[in-house]
Amino acid sequence: MVKLDAKIPQGPLAEKWTNYKAHQNLVNPSNKRRLDIIVVGTGLAGASAAASFGEMGFNVKVFGIHDSPRRAHSIAAQGGINAAKNYPNDGDSVYRLFYDTIKGGDYRAREANVYRLAEVSNNIIDQCVAQGVPFAREYGGLLDNRSFGGAQVSRTFYARGQTGQQLLLGAYSALSKEIKKGSVKMFTRREMLELVVIEGRARGIIVRDLITGKIERHSAHAVVLATGGYGNVFFLSTNAMASNGSAAWKVYKKGAFFGNPSFTQIHPTCIPVHGDYQSKLTLMSESLRNDGRIWVPKHKEDAEKIRKGELKPTQIPEDRRDYYLERRYPAFGNLVPRDVASRAAKERCDAGYGIGSTGLAVYLDFEDAIKRLGKHVIEARYGNLFQMYEKIVDENPYETPMMIYPAVHYTMGGIWVDYELQTTIPGLFAAGEANFSDHGANRLGASALMQGLSDGYFVLPYTIQNYLADQIRVPRFETNLPEFEEAEKAAKERIEKLLAINGTETVDTFHRRLGLIMWDLVGMSRKKEDLEKAITMIQELRKEFWKNVKVPGKNEMVNPELEKAIRVADYLELGELMARDALVREESCGGHFREEYQTEDGEALRDDKNFTYVSAWEYTGEDKEPKLNKEPLVFEFIEVKQRNYK
Amino acid sequence: MDLTLKIWRQASAGEKGKLVDYQVQNISSEASFLEMLDVLNERLVREGEDPVAFDHDCREGICGACSLYINGRPHGPDKGITTCQLHMRRFKDGETIVIEPWRAKPFPVIKDLMVDRSAFDEIIQAGGYVSINTGGVPDANAIPIPKRDADTAMDAAACIGCGACVAACKNASAMLFVSAKVSQFAVLPQGKIEARERVQNMVAKMDELGFGNCTNTYACEAECPKEISVSHIARMNREYLSAKLVSQIE
Amino acid sequence: MSLAGLFLISFLVVHLGINLLILFDKSLELFNQAAHFMATNPLIQLFQYVLFFGFILHIILGVVLQLQNWAARPVRYQKKGYSEQSYFSKFMIHTGAIVFIFLIIHFANFFVKAKFGHIDSITYDSGTYENLGLLVVELFRDGAYVIFYVIAILLLGFHLDHGFQSAFQSLGLNHSRYTPFIKGLGTVFSILVTLGFIAIPLVIYFSF
Repeated sequence: MVKLDAKIPQGPLAEKWTNYKAHQNLVNPSNKRRLDIIVVGTGLAGASAAASFGEMGFNVKVFGIHDSPRRAHSIAAQGGINAAKNYPNDGDSVYRLFYDTIKGGDYRAREANVYRLAEVSNNIIDQCVAQGVPFAREYGGLLDNRSFGGAQVSRTFYARGQTGQQLLLGAYSALSKEIKKGSVKMFTRREMLELVVIEGRARGIIVRDLITGKIERHSAHAVVLATGGYGNVFFLSTNAMASNGSAAWKVYKKGAFFGNPSFTQIHPTCIPVHGDYQSKLTLMSESLRNDGRIWVPKHKEDAEKIRKGELKPTQIPEDRRDYYLERRYPAFGNLVPRDVASRAAKERCDAGYGIGSTGLAVYLDFEDAIKRLGKHVIEARYGNLFQMYEKIVDENPYETPMMIYPAVHYTMGGIWVDYELQTTIPGLFAAGEANFSDHGANRLGASALMQGLSDGYFVLPYTIQNYLADQIRVPRFETNLPEFEEAEKAAKERIEKLLAINGTETVDTFHRRLGLIMWDLVGMSRKKEDLEKAITMIQELRKEFWKNVKVPGKNEMVNPELEKAIRVADYLELGELMARDALVREESCGGHFREEYQTEDGEALRDDKNFTYVSAWEYTGEDKEPKLNKEPLVFEFIEVKQRNYK
Repeated sequence: MDLTLKIWRQASAGEKGKLVDYQVQNISSEASFLEMLDVLNERLVREGEDPVAFDHDCREGICGACSLYINGRPHGPDKGITTCQLHMRRFKDGETIVIEPWRAKPFPVIKDLMVDRSAFDEIIQAGGYVSINTGGVPDANAIPIPKRDADTAMDAAACIGCGACVAACKNASAMLFVSAKVSQFAVLPQGKIEARERVQNMVAKMDELGFGNCTNTYACEAECPKEISVSHIARMNREYLSAKLVSQIE
Repeated sequence: MSLAGLFLISFLVVHLGINLLILFDKSLELFNQAAHFMATNPLIQLFQYVLFFGFILHIILGVVLQLQNWAARPVRYQKKGYSEQSYFSKFMIHTGAIVFIFLIIHFANFFVKAKFGHIDSITYDSGTYENLGLLVVELFRDGAYVIFYVIAILLLGFHLDHGFQSAFQSLGLNHSRYTPFIKGLGTVFSILVTLGFIAIPLVIYFSF
């Protein structure tokens, strides 16, 4: 087994990052101009990293699949961003944010990384405010906070229900400033197809221009992947349509290890599925759980009548309702972490108490909050979310409770990176959701934005210099090197192969079928037989795909079907790896719930003795079993405990 | 429900386009407008035809990628939503729906219903930011901002950059888009420092790109999926006039 | 554009004020007296050029803006939009153009005659003036001309209704408290000006 070196700096937890920065190598300003960095992705992590690199004086090339960097899916994050500012004076601290995040992740994240994340969280808020991000404020002019799941303090900064949008627009504005200055060159509507590795180091990428179909080569001294998560492997998820795992998958196949692929976050508050034509699911922000109460009927006969449409939720009296989160977890109530809330909803629905026409939904009720605070307060807090719900479901949530159900939302797993966010391929870095790092087996609400910006603004600008410091003598790379030729050839061949199949089934049909396998067998609750079955089914589906998919048109045109086909082909491999990882991890932790491993009252049961490690999967070749490498997680500074939200 | 669609088809920027009729059957009234187009596209692919190209991504009304001029209105008949939030229950069985791309000189058609909106990025690059670098900024609470101003800034910052304002305007003017950004920064202390340069540079870029002029028809506000107010246009006008009046000759 | 427009609005008020004098004094003495003052006062004479310049500026800017606006959408929509909130705002160039034609005819009828042609004089107790009033009254005895005049003024009213509040918006004078008032004022103003101007030919036609 390869010895994985996480390169965690020495010293006490609180001093590791400071020590690292004090002793790392730097690149002087005149040398920065001679060094090129490629950033793939323009979400929070990508845009903030690219802008910061540009400000520092590096030559930056940024690639995005959208027509504008501002459309990256970070834009859709609603609720907020955590920081340990302790402005409300309610007992928060860097340590507490660190502790909550480690605990929320069910002790499957690296202490040092998470501590650094908590440490720089405050800088992020300062930075964003200075950029003009219009965070919510109190009447006195200072910043307002609200609470999120998994925390007993209010540490979440927010901009109405559009925090992700505002933070991304902040990073986008910084990026625009650098583009104007000329330090950053933006390539829109480009999708990465291959990574170019020269003498063991990442030196470039191959991209497809999504308008002309032209395959382009781009070289650099270092490559940063900030391409987001792969939740769309489930077909239905809250991810955007174009969000995909292909860039991550391509670097995995070039030698980067894939960390904890099975760790998927199923978000408890999404609008339930309503038809087979459905293309995606819509999230209702976790912040709703601040004031909303989750319940199902206490009696099965009531649930049945509701499903048939004979009863309305408002007709169920208080004593016939089961506020199951408040009942099971009195300490955290409706604000338990996402994995706990999701599983609890599934448990109730599986037991026959679900509502909605499918029985796969629970209520999120604002009646009490409206009585207590008045409709106008609820409107001010969640107006846009209520409106969004009404548009989709055609019901007024001020009058009747919302229907919600868990849906795939985020992938904690991703490219394995060390403390410097460098992958196992030197010169290749991964940031944001694309890496596996800080959230362990479950991410707390409002932490994704924090991590993306932390990586981009405050971590990579330091760590990438440590790598580039000894690259200053390396001249710019020509793109006619044989490594570029080969990578381009591989990409072109794959496209030609897809176009030549000319089968009978559409790409979406395969994607939907894969999604169902993943949701049913590798979803919220997993067991050995299911996972084994999933692996076989995915392999079969993959074979069928390569025989029978129909991709119309040609490469040299706007061809969304081809784009999807390239992505689905990768999902059909990635899905299998997820199932493998879930199969190997014979414990339940965070979002990974194995039915075989649970406590008597149905809580996740970890096996710290055997599984306190990061699984880092290594690609070994086409149709060969991947190799599992383990990075042991050492908890020096906190005590590992059974997670308890009761 | 069954519908007749008249969709603008255009193979590429250089080629001529035209409206083509399509029939779609058995569409659920619960489906979204884009899901209805997905159904059509899946059929076209099966039949070996070229599917209709359109921009879309988040499908929850925030990324600003989706567009479509539906029956003479950007983002369709409903107020305050994007096309991806439009649902088929809004239409009648048997209805004919005309779907066209955004039309403006600075938004050339790429294919079918896709247009190039990079002009908006260029306008932002002309000054839609606060020129600070990462690090070295004061504590967030060191800059108190009246709640009212923060709220006004947020109202303006809600813009998703979809271009419906340009599409709706009879003059293809981008004033609502540009003013939303100018206004956001004009009311915040962080933005005041560069306010004069910002408004002049952004307006100059907007004019240079060939957007039309504002004649205060307010169609932009009526069609904006985020219902951004034309009061921001007035604020930009104010900012622009005062900047022009007081700025020094260089 | 907006400044020129607002300036022209102020001119309209003066113009209307003087015209209305016809209705208050059938002998036309007041009107002729005022017209005489306007034609002879050196300050007003000077101002005439400013006014002329204002018109030209407003027209040129309007046409340039419109040309730019048409150029901004080279390919039109097949299905026309109907989302405009301010209805008359769609037709500023059209109403403006017709008002412009009206203006030329109007000029030929009154201004040119008064300035360069010959107009009979009339003597009152207060003095002898050119009887411009009679010219007005005679013109408005022609039904066809009255109809044309009324239509032109109605279009001017529509032009004003949008133009008035639009000018404030363009100058950045927008305020949550005052803007609704300005919009209301604009509409009331347009209606009053329109009614005022229309009243003159109608009253003359039917009762002089």
